[in-house]
Parts: sequence; C-alpha cells; structure tokens
Amino acid sequence: MSDKIKIDHVAQLARLKLTEEEKARFSEQLNQIVDYIDQLNELDTSSTEPTSHVLPLNNVFREDELKRIVPVDSNEELLKLAPEHDKGHYKVPQIIS
Amino acid sequence: MMDTQSRYEVVIGLEVHCQLNTRTKIFCSCSTEFGKEPNENTCPICLGMPGVLPVLNKVALEYAIKASLATHCEVQALNRFARKNYFYPDLPKGYQISQFELPLARHGYIKIRANGEQKTINLTRIHMEEDAGKSIHGENLGHPDKSYVDFNRTGVPLVEIVSEPEMRSSEEARQYLMELKSILEYSEVSDCNMEEGSFRCDANVSLRPFGQKEFGTRTELKNLNSFKFVQKAIDYEVERQAQLLDQGDSVTQETRLYDSNKNITYSMRSKEEAHDYRYFPEPDLVPVVIDSEWIEKVRQSLPELPEQKRERFLKDFGLPEFDAEVLTASRPLANYFEQCTGLFDKPKIISNWVMGELLKELNNENRSIEDSPISPEMLTDMLKLIDKGTINGKIAKSVLEEMYQTGKPAEAIVKEKGLTQITDDSAIEKIIDEVLANNPNQLNDFKNGKEKLFGFFVGQVMKASKGQANPAQVNQMLKEKLNAS
Repeated sequence: MSDKIKIDHVAQLARLKLTEEEKARFSEQLNQIVDYIDQLNELDTSSTEPTSHVLPLNNVFREDELKRIVPVDSNEELLKLAPEHDKGHYKVPQIIS
Repeated sequence: MMDTQSRYEVVIGLEVHCQLNTRTKIFCSCSTEFGKEPNENTCPICLGMPGVLPVLNKVALEYAIKASLATHCEVQALNRFARKNYFYPDLPKGYQISQFELPLARHGYIKIRANGEQKTINLTRIHMEEDAGKSIHGENLGHPDKSYVDFNRTGVPLVEIVSEPEMRSSEEARQYLMELKSILEYSEVSDCNMEEGSFRCDANVSLRPFGQKEFGTRTELKNLNSFKFVQKAIDYEVERQAQLLDQGDSVTQETRLYDSNKNITYSMRSKEEAHDYRYFPEPDLVPVVIDSEWIEKVRQSLPELPEQKRERFLKDFGLPEFDAEVLTASRPLANYFEQCTGLFDKPKIISNWVMGELLKELNNENRSIEDSPISPEMLTDMLKLIDKGTINGKIAKSVLEEMYQTGKPAEAIVKEKGLTQITDDSAIEKIIDEVLANNPNQLNDFKNGKEKLFGFFVGQVMKASKGQANPAQVNQMLKEKLNAS
C-alpha cells in the first residue's frame, strides 16, 4: 500500500483532532481509497476531454430577479438553525485578529 | 524616500475586488442592497444549507464580460467555477465559489499616466467569485469572547482583477486604481463605492536591486480602503523592506494589514502552514461556454470609455491634456462638459469654469456634478454674459457663487444687484479722477519713477467701481491719464 496521505496535514485542513489510533486507521483507509482511484491512471486519457460535470450541460442561468425563498419574517427560523445567534447575527467563537 | 527609490526598484502588483452592480446575488435570488438589517439578505443557498443548488446570475456574468472587454482582456470560451476551500466563520459553506484554472478572461491592459508619460499596465486575469460575509468583533455587541457574523454580503457577485507586477511606485499604483475605477464606472458594471466596500484593493509589494531580474520576496498588503491609504501603505512597506534589506535581513513572505491611524503595516498572525485551498471544479455548477457572437453583443453595449473620450476631447475641443484628464475622470462630469459645449462654442472657457469655480463649489460641499444646482444651461448663459461684455470675469465669479447658492439664473442676479459692467468712458474717467485725487502721495511717487504703483491704481479704480469697470478699459485710460499728467 502506498503512503500518499499525510494524515496530520489532512486532519489539520479538516480541523479534526485525531487520536494516534485513529490516525493509523484513517491513514490506512484513505490510502486504500487513493490507491483505488489511482487505477484510473492506468488508462490512456490523452484524447479525452477533462470532465467537470457529469451532465452534458452548459450555460444554465437565472435572471437577475429578486425572489425571497424564505419570507422576511422567517429569517429568525434560519438563525435558529445555528448553534448560537444573538441580535440578528450568527454568534461564533472569537475570530483571532 | 528618494533615497530608497534610488537604491531599490519597487515592484507592485494589485488585486482589485469589484462588486458587480446586480440586483441579486451571484448564485441565488437574494438582494444585494447595502445597509439592510443583519442577515436580512440571506437564504438557504447563500447560507450553504445542505442540498441547495447555486445557479449563475446571467447579468452578473454579462457584467463580468463587460468589465473584461473594457480592460482589453481576452474572454475565454470555456469557463468553469471552482471551490476554494478554507475555514472562516464568514464563509458558511466552508468554501468560496471562485474560478481557478479556467478564469473568465486573460491578457488585458489599461493605460495610465505616470510622470507625464503614458504607461501600459498588463492584466493577468479577471475571474468571477462570490463575496464572503462580514464579521463583527464581540466587544461591539456585548460579548468580547465571541464574534458575530452578518451574511448579507455573502454571495454578492465580484470580479477579481489581477494586474502583472508592473507598477514601480505608489503613485503608479494610485493612477492604476483611479483609471480602473473610472473604466468600471463608465461601463456601469459597478458603482465602485470604496466606503461600502464595492471596490477593494490588495497590493503585492517587493523590492529588488536595480538590474536584478528576479523579483524580491513580496508581502501582500490588505485593508487598503482608500486611494490615499493604498499609497501610504505602499510607501511605508517600501521603507520597511528597504531597512530589512539594508541590514542584510530578508523579507518574510506574509500578509500584512494596514493601520491607517498609526500609518504602519503589521503582520497578520503567521499561519501555521501555507495556504492549501485544494481547489477543485465546482460540481454544483455546469460549465459556461461563451461564443464570439455573445462577446460581440456585449462589446456593442460598451459606452465610450475614458481613454477614448480623453482622446476625443483633445482632438475635437482642442483642450490641453490636463483638462481632458480632469473632465473625463468621471462620466457624469464629461457629460456635463459636453452638454455645455453644445450650448456655447468656447470649450476651453467652459473647461476653465467647470474645473475651477464650479468644481470648487461642489467639492466644498462634497457634492457630485449630478447634484449641481447650476445646470449646463445656467453656466453657459453666464459665460455668454461675459462674452458679450455684460459682466467681467471677476464679477462672474461672484455671480456663479450666487447662482450656486440660490439657483437663480445669471441674468436675474446681474440685474437684481446692478452688476453690469461699466464700459462708459466718461463714467470710468470720473472714477479714475477720484482715485488720483484721493491718493496724491502715490501719484507723486509714481511720477518720480515708482512705476510699480500702476498696479495699485488699477486696483483702486476696480475697487471704487465695485469690480464692475471693464478692466481693459481701465488699464488703457489709466495709462493715458498718468502719462499725460
């Protein structure tokens, strides 16, 4: 098995705190996933257009028209979905500046 | 400063974020209106709720194409959006939808004027992206250990315009920003309001010894929310880097914030690791294909841009370069001037009065030309009065002030206040005689060779006539009188 995953780096990017046992386990699993996908490299794709979307679709737009998906007086409902809110704002841990 | 700039070459590249002037956000139908209640302009899409799908605003795309064409960029046929992944509380999805390897446009340029010479600054790229939200420090809302987030700005459409590192002084950077802002305003893709954050700039600054090909290590300056601050922050940073290099130290590549109160830049807390945004194609949005027909259609909708207008003003109106520059800096000002030229056929005289007295009055009150209480008709009617000899230039200045304050036409003011120019020889002669009689000592000195006193007599006569005497006649007649007596 390859060792492409740098587990500390990945954990840091995902803001995850992992135990040593988890690091070993996830490292192994993630490397297996990468190896699996690496099989694609065995194919010759030099004449294949890169795909960024599964559907053969381009240019899907909306008009610049104002629409409210959620009524104004339900904004409170959206706020309530957050762990904390106060004075119309989402309340989050202090941002270090 | 002179010293530093003679030892090191300053290298500046700018990144400008400009808000596109759409009614709704880039990927959802929320309003972009500024100044609403916190989180009023939000919906499950811009808040990044699970299962929602963004859909691109067509007008935002067309404005972005327009901005690209106005800056001579090549609009790319195939466009794709990408996710830029990072964690920050003002970014509800945990990624920003931006463009990465396939941006909207490349290889543009704008022309600036630096030290009286024209210089071309190339643009690397223009891409579309969504804005992030705004966070407020807790102490302002009662909890110092918390932060508060307003997502109204989240998802507002932006273009990021990236220049090549081709500016060589803070003054060139300022010129570049003014020209870019003017182009975007002319194209009507953005109101470029710096106070409301719809035109923001980051500067990459580095130094290198003259003749060195490789760039020095650069720092990125943020928080530059006025042209003046851009210039001051760059000047500070140039000195700071020069001092480091002089001491044999090296510059650390980092992001620095500008503090306008202290006029310094300071390092943002250093990141634990380098940026790793893990860009990948945005699977929720389909690619955008822009054909040449569409590009041409957008090109047709472009108005005359500042550069073209400036050249036309030079050619058609015979204005000096300085005048053409000032008058075309904003589209409404250029329109005002052109309306005047349709009413009165002396462009340079119009230009003098617009740039001089009129802009002085407007600037005093921080008013824009669109709110001018003096319309082009009113201004040119007054200029016609000067032209006919009804009033002289000096009186006209006070008439203009009065017009500005009261909104009355010039002719009414002249009549009401009896400001008509005195051109009657005998009336002027009478005033001259009085002045000479009242100043016997000066008269004596003049006769004894103190010829500088001529100006004194002209002044006294003009004063005695309350400024209304025709100055040319006063000069002529006074000369005759003094030589004869």
